[in-house]
Amino acid sequence: MNPQSTLPPTPAALPQSGARNGAGRRGKGRRSEVGLFAGLGHVALAVWAVIVIVPILWTFLASFKNTTEIFSSPWTLPGELRWENYARAWTKANVGRYFLNSVIVVGLGTFGTMLFGSMAAYVLARYRFWGNRVIYYLFVSGLAFPVFLALVPLFFVVKNLGLLNTHTGLVLVYIAYSLPFTIFFLAAFFKTLPSSVAEAGMIDGCGHTRLFFQVMMPMAKPGLISLTIFNVIGQWAQYQLPLVLLSNAKDKWVLTQGIADISVNAGYEADWSGLFAALTIAILPMIIVYAIFQRQIQSGLTSGAVK
Amino acid sequence: MRHGKYPFVIGFLFVPVTLYVVFVIAPYAQAFQISMTNWRGLSAPQWVGFDNYRRLLDDGNFWKAIQHHGVLLLALPLITIAIALFFAFLLNVGGRSSGGQRQGVWGSKFYRVVFFFPQVLAVAIIAVLFQMVYRPNESGLINGVLMKLGLDPVLFLIKPNLALWSILAVLVWQAVGFYVVLFSAGMASIPTEIYEAAEMDGATRVTLFFRVTLPLLWDTLQVAWVYLGIAAFDAFAIVAVLSVDSGGPDGATTVLAMEIYRNAFVYSKYGYASAMGVALFFLTITFAALTLRLSKRESVEY
Repeated sequence: MNPQSTLPPTPAALPQSGARNGAGRRGKGRRSEVGLFAGLGHVALAVWAVIVIVPILWTFLASFKNTTEIFSSPWTLPGELRWENYARAWTKANVGRYFLNSVIVVGLGTFGTMLFGSMAAYVLARYRFWGNRVIYYLFVSGLAFPVFLALVPLFFVVKNLGLLNTHTGLVLVYIAYSLPFTIFFLAAFFKTLPSSVAEAGMIDGCGHTRLFFQVMMPMAKPGLISLTIFNVIGQWAQYQLPLVLLSNAKDKWVLTQGIADISVNAGYEADWSGLFAALTIAILPMIIVYAIFQRQIQSGLTSGAVK
Repeated sequence: MRHGKYPFVIGFLFVPVTLYVVFVIAPYAQAFQISMTNWRGLSAPQWVGFDNYRRLLDDGNFWKAIQHHGVLLLALPLITIAIALFFAFLLNVGGRSSGGQRQGVWGSKFYRVVFFFPQVLAVAIIAVLFQMVYRPNESGLINGVLMKLGLDPVLFLIKPNLALWSILAVLVWQAVGFYVVLFSAGMASIPTEIYEAAEMDGATRVTLFFRVTLPLLWDTLQVAWVYLGIAAFDAFAIVAVLSVDSGGPDGATTVLAMEIYRNAFVYSKYGYASAMGVALFFLTITFAALTLRLSKRESVEY
């Protein structure tokens, strides 16, 4: 199967004007069966949409309320737009710092993953040399191991390298653990690219390195985009690795870690509205990004499952 | 192609292979070794053979975790796949047909976009979100309504026999959209002639689903089951953040990853935690192999 495996564009779902003709030919019993099924289906779909949307919407509303309102009227609109909740979350609760840390770590991590992953995948896919298969399977076997198996030794490897509680350490670990899937996916992708272009480049005196960066990389763009999205979302969502590798450096924490910490350690005196604001700060950017790149994200994330 | 091939190949592979060996391969290899020691991090590790594994067998929390994995392993794929299949069917072929062209119900596109969204959020963030939703007093999303109606609040995360199911519900909440999209892709590749032919023979929608869609989607379902099973073996972020006392109340929601984390980074029992890691590894591998083997059946060519 084509490893590119982007999802086919969503088939136009809205009933077209032609639909009426088709339905007109049907018997009466048939139509009521369709009607009943579609009716029940609609209810189920709408209910699920509400279940997905309401918790998020409710969080947005609560982020503008004060503690009294949160407890006394959880279902109403906030009395006024209290932006100070956001200011508190952003500065006092350090959410701004965590957010920035996440951007740095995920940015560098994904860039490194894509650079090294595509380099290795390209060489493994298109060059025959001694040890090629061994290295390829070494990488791919990493897909079968749960990260938790390695957690204890990994902690000490990073510690011995002096990289504990540093972003450098976390970025390198992110890259290393993203390589198996990236290489598995991209190697299959590079294999499908026609070799005639590469040969033509070679004849024109193009070196191996230039050939890769100037000819093969642009040709592999669809695959690279899918994988970049996959890695950005995967690394952005990481929780256990930063928890272990950054535990003693609160100023270096990433967003997931920081917000989970605020929530877990929230006692009776907790700043609930601040927590709702923090949560909104974490969710809203994802909604915006998702709204813009919705189709690419869906195909990027499912690309792992469609072999 | 010959000229200067090896320097180039080595140059391109050096960094990725080094990173991978240092941070992935070496720790995996060491994990097996450490699991045979009583290492606590301070003095040099002492070889204790299979002692850690023997102790695992008497560890109540370990068995609780295994039991929870069993529940998750059955319930998470079953519920998620059932809901996702139903929705995917509605969204792709549930609507009226025009001249044999099957269509989804009205608004399919909107639903697909909304359903998928939770997949984009980090599990840790979702866990915090649902901590608010499940809160046991009038500030919780659900209990706020129940108490306004004069009902008793439901203690989602506090009642031991309810807590795991509350967590499972969140996992389903997040996963359904992903599988709707995955199954939709599979359904879109089923040729419409097959539906047409079945319709002409008088097949109802239910028959269509069970006799046409399901068999032709088998491979995708298998992938989905393996993915959800592997997710059921992890569940660290959600349990660590959402549950009471990280795995509580009283171990009612604990999972292996949680126990590994606790033993290693709270109690500093590195040898013991590694033994749990090895156990988790073998469980995951066994599950994946078994699923692929048991669910093997002639795939239908079309």
